[in-house]
Amino acid sequence: MSNGTSELYFTFRPENAALKAKIEELSGENIDLCFQCGACSSSCPLTSEMDLLPSTVIRYAQLGMEEVLGSKTPWICITCFNCEIRCPRGIDIANVMEAIREMVLRTKYDKFTLDELTPEELRELPQIALISNQRKLTA
Amino acid sequence: MSEDLRIGVWVCECGGNISDVVEVPSVADQLEPEVAYVHRERYLCSSPSVEAIKAAVEEHKLDRVVLACCTPNMHTETFRSNLEQAGINSALLEIVNVREQCSWVHKEDHEGATLKTLDLIRGAIARIKESSPLESKVMEVSPEVLVIGAGVAGITTSLRLAEFGMKVHLVEKRPSIGGHMIQYPKVFPTLDCSQCILTPKMASINQSRNIDLLTYAEIKEVSGVPGDFDVKVWLKPRGVDVEACIGCGDCTRVCPISVPSEFNEGLSPRKAAYIPFPQAVPSVATIDMDHCIKCNSCVNACPPKCINLDDPGKEVELNVGAIVLATGFELYDIGSLAQYGYGKYQNVVTSLEMERILDVNGPTGSMIINPKTGETAKSVSFVLCAGSRDTEVGKAHCSRVCCLYALKQAQLIRDRGIDVWIHYIDIRAPGRRYEEFYAATQDKGVMFVKGKVTEIVPEGDRVLVRGEDMMINRMVENPADLVVLCPPIVTTEETLKLAEMLRVPVDEDQFVLERHPKLDPLATKRDGVFAAGAVIGPKDIQSTTAEAEGAAMKVVNFLSGERMIEPNKAYLAHSDLCDGCGECVDVCPENAIRLVGGKPVINEIMCSGCGACIPACPQNALDQQGLTDAQLKAQIRGLLESSTAEVKILAFVERAVAYTAVDLAGLARLSYPSSIRIIPLPSLARLKLEHLLHAFAYGADGIMLLEAPEHEGPYGSAHVVSEERADDYKWELEDYDVDSVRLWFSRVYVPDWRKLELVFNTFHNMIEDEGPVEDEVREVLKEKLG
Ligand SMILES: Cc1cc2nc3c(=O)[nH]c(=O)nc-3n(C[C@H](O)[C@H](O)[C@H](O)COP(=O)(O)OP(=O)(O)OC[C@H]3O[C@@H](n4cnc5c(N)ncnc54)[C@H](O)[C@@H]3O)c2cc1C
Ligand code: SF4
Ligand code: SF4
Ligand code: SF4
Ligand code: SF4
Repeated sequence: MSNGTSELYFTFRPENAALKAKIEELSGENIDLCFQCGACSSSCPLTSEMDLLPSTVIRYAQLGMEEVLGSKTPWICITCFNCEIRCPRGIDIANVMEAIREMVLRTKYDKFTLDELTPEELRELPQIALISNQRKLTA
Repeated sequence: MSEDLRIGVWVCECGGNISDVVEVPSVADQLEPEVAYVHRERYLCSSPSVEAIKAAVEEHKLDRVVLACCTPNMHTETFRSNLEQAGINSALLEIVNVREQCSWVHKEDHEGATLKTLDLIRGAIARIKESSPLESKVMEVSPEVLVIGAGVAGITTSLRLAEFGMKVHLVEKRPSIGGHMIQYPKVFPTLDCSQCILTPKMASINQSRNIDLLTYAEIKEVSGVPGDFDVKVWLKPRGVDVEACIGCGDCTRVCPISVPSEFNEGLSPRKAAYIPFPQAVPSVATIDMDHCIKCNSCVNACPPKCINLDDPGKEVELNVGAIVLATGFELYDIGSLAQYGYGKYQNVVTSLEMERILDVNGPTGSMIINPKTGETAKSVSFVLCAGSRDTEVGKAHCSRVCCLYALKQAQLIRDRGIDVWIHYIDIRAPGRRYEEFYAATQDKGVMFVKGKVTEIVPEGDRVLVRGEDMMINRMVENPADLVVLCPPIVTTEETLKLAEMLRVPVDEDQFVLERHPKLDPLATKRDGVFAAGAVIGPKDIQSTTAEAEGAAMKVVNFLSGERMIEPNKAYLAHSDLCDGCGECVDVCPENAIRLVGGKPVINEIMCSGCGACIPACPQNALDQQGLTDAQLKAQIRGLLESSTAEVKILAFVERAVAYTAVDLAGLARLSYPSSIRIIPLPSLARLKLEHLLHAFAYGADGIMLLEAPEHEGPYGSAHVVSEERADDYKWELEDYDVDSVRLWFSRVYVPDWRKLELVFNTFHNMIEDEGPVEDEVREVLKEKLG
């Protein structure tokens, strides 16, 4: 990681600017408007499963920190839109989550594969769920 | 006083509100033999009754009037003005509150209420016998005004006053007016051109016939009293005849000496012969005598020959009625906080320097460059609260405009494609359009980092700004070509000196103290001296202008029309007794007393009539108009001496706040014992030990002191002094064998009215348990009091 935790100080470098710009481009969101109020995090039903709170994901994105690409949070996000309904600065956080997933998936990463599922699960799960999950979480 | 005074007493029934509880006919009958005229009235405040009072005054040739009715807060003005018409001076009218203080609060105790009514009226009769007529005086004032400081505040106030037709002397220490605002290229939140909106106002100052502009000048001395101040102004040696100079600048071009330009915050040079900036008002040159080498080049170059290098300066004397302080602010000396590297690293500048850098006519022609390399900056960082909001170093207060001007400068820099970082503790943007301005700054991609910057260190041609990003709990270290420090906005040394000269106190943060922080923010503690703008605390231009307009109104209000001086002043009653100890001078909350030739002279305009000085005098040399010791003692005695009540408690109640609470207790029909008898006072600091002894001698079993809260009463520290005195009096009473528990002190807030029931009952029960003061004790007291 370019701004790895090994360094004591975080410094904003050109690559950070590039990462931030990419997230903004893919999400279509102006994340600069976030003033870190925390409303998104406290609206999210899944924070207990996340490593970074949604508001922290936004802050990492503002700072173009590569760590955000390794975070569990965008994968836990179920796109319920609670956060974006509540964001006082009109940021669609779920779009940002999507953008981050997108960036990871573009590296040919699959969050899940069908092989991981047992035959029982495959039988039980509705088709539509499998398809939408594959769309959302696989390259 | 003579018994042939013709006193008339009216007792109002208040349509049953009083007479359902108080036996009004019995009260009237008992008073009949004591005064010239007694009358009962169903509604005393009705127009026919008021007419009847006037008629009776004439018919019975009455010379003093006592009205027993509702609280004086209701109808005093009506009664006063009508009685004035009938020839009764206001000082010869007493209103006794027998509704709020008797009938409404002693509903179950008709006998006690009736007795108390009688006692209260008798107290008023005794007092009014000692009264003499008093007249308000008309204050003589000079119609001219001195405004000190010609920033946006002083300019605005002066223009308003001049428009109103007042003569204004505007004194500015610098060669040109304009203050800080004229240094800014753009102003938040609208980003309009600062010089475009201020320059026309500056020109108007120059053109107004009512404004006498004195630049490059300072106040040397202020004497006199509010309404009539004598001021000496020192016109510093300027070397140029202001009237003759045509502002051509030829002197500047030939002058060989360069020194740092104040207008450009030292970032570029100016000449010793200079015009500080092109739009300067007045548009004339100044010779900086500290740096001039007397080469005479300018003298020779000057077309109208108006330069005199031996100018000795000049003193001007003014007489003004009012003064407006508008001397603004300066930035804290940030070089003294080494961690920020100001003065050490060229890359570190102050916010005022940045204003100049952003100006097209500034030192860099508005280029944002790295001073070390001369190349266009790639990244600029702002350090907010650099020394502000810090109780350990720097200043504890918030400078209020730094967040906003940093946002402004950040936008202007960001618009040129430069990266901008703002390090903040909180972004404070309260104010109309300010939050939107913040969002607009974010929208431009300015980066915000929450966390106080702790250190600035060099790295090559740049510096690193260190602090935490508290949002991610990581230390950040950003390289910057320029760092802009936002230091505390502070009062200047000169303002502090001026404040001392004007006898205007400053607060802990050293800004001029308002008369009342909420209800009278533009007046200072001294009459006739007002203030506006940053001199009373950091603020933006909008608030500064609003204050400046308000200060002009305060001045107009102070100087126009007839200003009456109420006849409630302290005065030196016995000049022969006074030994010039000065105790009175020290205690006066208004600073109204000065010793002249060893005797106190009390300024009638400044004296508020709190009465605090009177008990302070060890010689009993002072007294107060309309509230003399003789009146007070007569009232105390009259109220108690012939009373047949079993328990007698005298309550001295502060007239504005505590008295209102007592009225409200009446209005709510609370119930407390009829033993409580009230005498209102401006502040309880008016009370002498002698008054308390008097009360105990003539029948009081207990005394309550109900004072206004320390900061809410109208008489400032008088309300504090009273408590200190009460503590002393407690112990002194013991010397006269009066137990200290018989004296009670408490403060009463208006919303406390509900608690009064408990307070009165508790004290009554305490005193009932104590029993009456022994007769021997009373006799000894009477003897001692003579
Ligand atoms: C960097 C910076 C940027 C700012 N930008 C903005 C902005 O964009 N928008 C905004 O609304 N506000 C801004 N402000 C705030 C603004 O500067 C003040 O609100 C305003 O200047 C206050 O005006 P004033 O007349 O009270 O004081 P000043 O502007 O300080 O004027 C005081 C005047 O009194 C004179 N003086 C001082 N002492 C004496 C003396 N003893 N005798 C005679 N004369 C004396 C001074 O020379 C000066 O001319 C900014 C402040 C700073 C520090
Ligand atoms: S959309 Fe995602 S991040 Fe937002 S509240 Fe729902 S789960 Fe949380
Ligand atoms: S709710 Fe919006 S403004 Fe608040 S922290 Fe989340 S993204 Fe930022
Ligand atoms: S102490 Fe009070 S009464 Fe005495 S001079 Fe001062 S203001 Fe007037
Ligand atoms: S306190 Fe009394 S004696 Fe002392 S200076 Fe004042 S008036 Fe004179």
